Amino acid sequence: MARPKSGGDRLIRLSLLLIALSAISVLAIITIFIFEQGLPIMAKYGLKNFLLGQDWFPSEKSFGLLPMIVGSLLVTLGALVIGVPLGLASAIFMTEFSNRRLSGFLKPVIELLAGIPSVVYGFLGLMFLVPFIRKNFGGPGLSVLAASIILGIMILPTIISIAIDAIRAVPDSYREGSIALGATRWQTVRMVVLPAARSGLVAGIILGMGRAIGETMAVIMVAGNAADLPGSLLAPVRTLTSNIALEMAYASGEHRQALFATGVILFVIIMILNFLANLAAKKQFRK
Amino acid sequence: MKKKFGLQPRAEQTIVQVFLYFLTSVAVLVLFFILAVILKNGLPQLSLEFLTKNPAHMGREGGIFSTVVATIYLTFIALLVATPLGVGTAIYLTEYTFEGTVTRIIRFGAECLAGIPSIIFGLFGFILFVNKLKFGWSILSGGLTLAFMVLPTIIRTSEEAIKSVPAAYRLVSYSLGSTRWQTVTKVVLPSAAPGIVTGVILSIGRSIGETAAVIFTAGSALHLPSSIFSSARTMSVHFYILAREGISMPKAYGTAAVLVIAILLINIITYYLMGKYISRSSRS
Repeated sequence: MARPKSGGDRLIRLSLLLIALSAISVLAIITIFIFEQGLPIMAKYGLKNFLLGQDWFPSEKSFGLLPMIVGSLLVTLGALVIGVPLGLASAIFMTEFSNRRLSGFLKPVIELLAGIPSVVYGFLGLMFLVPFIRKNFGGPGLSVLAASIILGIMILPTIISIAIDAIRAVPDSYREGSIALGATRWQTVRMVVLPAARSGLVAGIILGMGRAIGETMAVIMVAGNAADLPGSLLAPVRTLTSNIALEMAYASGEHRQALFATGVILFVIIMILNFLANLAAKKQFRK
Repeated sequence: MKKKFGLQPRAEQTIVQVFLYFLTSVAVLVLFFILAVILKNGLPQLSLEFLTKNPAHMGREGGIFSTVVATIYLTFIALLVATPLGVGTAIYLTEYTFEGTVTRIIRFGAECLAGIPSIIFGLFGFILFVNKLKFGWSILSGGLTLAFMVLPTIIRTSEEAIKSVPAAYRLVSYSLGSTRWQTVTKVVLPSAAPGIVTGVILSIGRSIGETAAVIFTAGSALHLPSSIFSSARTMSVHFYILAREGISMPKAYGTAAVLVIAILLINIITYYLMGKYISRSSRS
C-alpha cells in the first residue's frame, strides 16, 4: 500500500512514537521507584527473612511477610473458587441458552455493575456478610471466608463480560456445523464453543485474579487484618496489599522501606501471574 | 462421544440448563442486592443540602460538597493527562507503524501497567509526586497518579476502536490524495470516536471509585480545595474513612449512594451516546 509521505508526516510519526513510549516509561519508572525503596532493606535483612519469616513486628525490626503472602494467595484462590463458576455459568447462559432480549438486558446491567467502587463492596461485606459469618459459622466474622466471598463477587462482572465477548467471538458456523451433526446445544457448547473461546475465557479469569490479588480497601474492611498465618477459613487474615495500606500512613524509616519491600513482593507475584497467564493463553491460541 | 453420568444428551442438556439458570440468577441477584441496599439506605440521606454543604465534625454532620469538588478536580487532571497519551499511543500502534519489536514492547508495557494494583500506584505516587517532586499531598499528585493508572485502559480501548475502522475507509482517503495525518484525523478518529469515548468514560468511573491510589497521594483533608496544590479528600476516600472508622453510617450510605449513582449515570450516558452515534453513522 503506497502511502504519501512528507516532512510533517515524519515529525508527527516521531511525536507519536514518543507518546507511545509513555506507557512503557511509566512502567519503568514505577518499577525503579518501588524497587529502589524496597530492595535495600530486603538486602539488609535477607530475602529469606522477608519471604519465610512469620513475624511482622516492624518496631522490633522483624519483617516476616509469609503470613501476608499466604493471606493474599488464599483470598485470591477463594475468590476464584466463588467467582469463576458463577461468572462462566452466567456468561454461557447469557450467550447460548437465553433469549436475545434477556441477555440484551443483563449484559449492559452487569457491565454497569462493574463500575461500582471496591470500597462499596467492602462496606456491604462489613455490614452484612461479616455479621452473618460470625453468627452462623462462629469466629470473628472478619475472615478469609468473608474476604474470599467479597472478592469473588467483585470479580464477577469482569469475568462475565470478558467471557461473553470471548464466546460471542466464536463464529456461528462452528455452532451450525455441530448442530448439523446432531449434537445438542449443550454438547455444542461443551465440545465446540468453549474450546474455541478458551483463550478469551482464560484471559477473563486472569484479569479477575489480578483484580482480586491487587484489591486493597475492600479486603481491609472484611479480612480482620491480623498479621498471623490464618489457621482456618474463619480466621482473620492480612494480605500484602492491606499490609501496605494499613501502615503506610504512619510508617517511617525502615518500617516504611519494609512496606515498599511488601510492594516489591506483590509486584513480582503479579508479574509472574501475568506472565503465566499470557503463556497459557498463547499456548491455547496456537493449538 | 463420552456421556457424562450416562445420561441421554437431551436430559443432560436440561439439567445443565437448569443449573446454569440457577448460577446466573445467583450472580445477578447478588449484584442487584448490592445496588438495592446502597440505594435503599442511601437515598433517604440525599438532599440538596447533603450535596452543597461541606462536611462538619469529621463528616458526622453536614454534606459532602468539598469531596465532590475534589473528585471532579482529580478526575479532570487524570483525564487531561491520560487521554492524549493514550489515544496518541493507540494511533501510533495502529496507523504509524508495522507490527514488530517496538509495538510488542509498547503493548507489553501497557499490559503490565494494567495488571499493577492500585496500591502500588499509590506507593509510587507517594514517593515520586508527594516526596521527590515535593507536590505534597495534593490534587496534582493524586491526579497524575490516577492518570498513570487509567492510561492502559485508554490505550486498549482506543486501539480496539481504531482497529475496528474498516481498512476501506483509509484506502479511499489515501486514494483521494490525503496524507496519513489527514486520514487519521478526518477519517479514522471520527469513526473510532465512540470506542475512544467509551474508554475515557470507563476511566472516569475508575478514577471516581479509586481509593487506595488516592489516599496516599491526594491525602484526606476535608476542606474545600483552593488550588491543585491543596490536599483533598475524594468521595470514595471520604466514604472509606466514614465507614472504616465508624464515624457515621447514615452519612456513609449517603456518600455511597452519590458515588454509585454518579458512576451508573456516567455509564448509562455512554451507552446512550454510543447508541445514538452508531445509529447516526449507519444511516449516513
